[in-house]
Amino acid sequence: MIEEALIGWSRAQFALTAGYHWLFVPLTLGLAIIMAVMETMWVIKKDEFWKKTAKFWMKLFAINFAVGIATGIILEFEFGTNWSNYSWFVGDIFGAPLAIEGIFAFFMEATFFAVMFFGWDKVSKGFHLTATWLTGIGAAVSAAWILIANGWMQHPVGMEFNPDTVRHEMVDFWAVAGNPSAVSKFFHSVFSGWMTGAVFVIGISCWYLLKKRQVRFAKASIRIASIIGIIGTVAVIFSGDISGVQMGRYQPMKLAAAEGLKDGGQRAPFSIVPGVEIPGMLSILATHDLDGYVPGINDLIDGYTTPEGETFPSVQEKMAQGQAALEAFKIYRENVGINDSIAAVARAQLREHQQYFGYAYLDKPEDAVPSVPVLFWTFRIMVGIGTLLLLVMILVWWFERKNKIERMKWLQWTGLLSIPFVYIAGQAGWMLCEVGRQPWAIQDILPVNAAVTSASVTAVQTTFFIFLAIFTFFLIVELRILIRAIKKGPEGTEQEEQPLN
Amino acid sequence: MANEKNIFMRIGRFYIDGFRNMTWGWQLWALILLKLILLFAILRVFFFQPVLAGKSDEERSETVGTELIQFKSDKI
Repeated sequence: MIEEALIGWSRAQFALTAGYHWLFVPLTLGLAIIMAVMETMWVIKKDEFWKKTAKFWMKLFAINFAVGIATGIILEFEFGTNWSNYSWFVGDIFGAPLAIEGIFAFFMEATFFAVMFFGWDKVSKGFHLTATWLTGIGAAVSAAWILIANGWMQHPVGMEFNPDTVRHEMVDFWAVAGNPSAVSKFFHSVFSGWMTGAVFVIGISCWYLLKKRQVRFAKASIRIASIIGIIGTVAVIFSGDISGVQMGRYQPMKLAAAEGLKDGGQRAPFSIVPGVEIPGMLSILATHDLDGYVPGINDLIDGYTTPEGETFPSVQEKMAQGQAALEAFKIYRENVGINDSIAAVARAQLREHQQYFGYAYLDKPEDAVPSVPVLFWTFRIMVGIGTLLLLVMILVWWFERKNKIERMKWLQWTGLLSIPFVYIAGQAGWMLCEVGRQPWAIQDILPVNAAVTSASVTAVQTTFFIFLAIFTFFLIVELRILIRAIKKGPEGTEQEEQPLN
Repeated sequence: MANEKNIFMRIGRFYIDGFRNMTWGWQLWALILLKLILLFAILRVFFFQPVLAGKSDEERSETVGTELIQFKSDKI
């Protein structure tokens, strides 16, 4: 019997590790592009100032990278220890992208990363620049494999369940790799990384302006970062819009919970905050059609029929199908190799009902609903902060361009104080994505209560606090090294205070 | 000089020189090493032993299959 506490602590440990890992990844993705653009400026303009500027941000990139490196490996430990049923049940599919990512990341990092740091003045400018760009592209490709794995958990495709091995086996690699949920997640995550990198660079540069140090360096950095940040944020908005439509299609309960929509329908309203609604807006966001039908939580629990006449079963019916699938699975395993005719019938029944296999593990229909308050507010935090940060980036870009930013203390403070908010928005985004998938580890196929290892709660609690201590230690160390490097500033740019143009 | 023309020797020299000439990078390498030791020599060995490790594929199928079936039976 799996205890609720065990599920809770196993989830908490995974969330802690994933959340910590996600502190470093977006900055890696964003800073990589910013420093590559700065180095490109050096190669094109042949101005040493740009080389020094790129080298400084590269130094901060390295500090972030060093502390972030291998934090993802802990997640893989946890799969084997805390989520062993899950690991075996879907490992054939889930393991492949993770393995590719591990090998790919290692080779990219061992080669291009080394050229980027050790290769100044040793390899040609062109080769060095190529290595810098490939480091950034490699980080994005690396993220793509992880997001293919995650996208599959949200919308499982390209697999077939084998009751002999008790595994979902990949039958179509391209369906897994090109999973629409993975593609939109990839762009949304990578461009949110551009936002993080941009806000980070703008914030640090604003600190230099507040201190009246490194003015040319700070303004040049703000110019590059704000342009990349604005492009990134616009791309985040578009990819988020696509994600919303996919959520409506593949995970309608997540969408309904994120909106707190109890009863759906056509022209469904979007609530900005409780009590303030825009009529029809949710239909537009979820279906790109004002008259689009969006089911609410009650519709999804009770079953519903769309205006086009398409009928969707209730959770109770899905639970019945899930139980039929589980029963067939049990009969198959008892009879395979003993009574092949019974096994064949059971296998056919399993295939008929396996779409809802995971529903067998729900106790009541309401178990299919994720936490409405968490989803409602994380969505609004993510979108609200993202919108404000876009405004900040437009303002710093505009006033830097007009050569006024040096005198605008309030904007410099806003830029500096934006740094923690971009992280809050990023964490809120992942909470929306992952809490919204609950109760599922794999959408409709395996809930977390069946995915978890039957282990001792104390063991999971102990490792949770060990991780908390280790993560806190490394975070403090990183911040200290980072702050020291920032206080020291870029080398040799202070003398070059001539105008940018 | 002949050795320097060997591509592998040149790559090796590139890495050795890179590490030798590091200034602030050492503290990052120390941090990475400390983390890897913590992860692989302590956490992995003492706290994170995969439940299904050491079992054959048939045994793993059996264990997980039984857990998935048993889980529901336990609840009922």
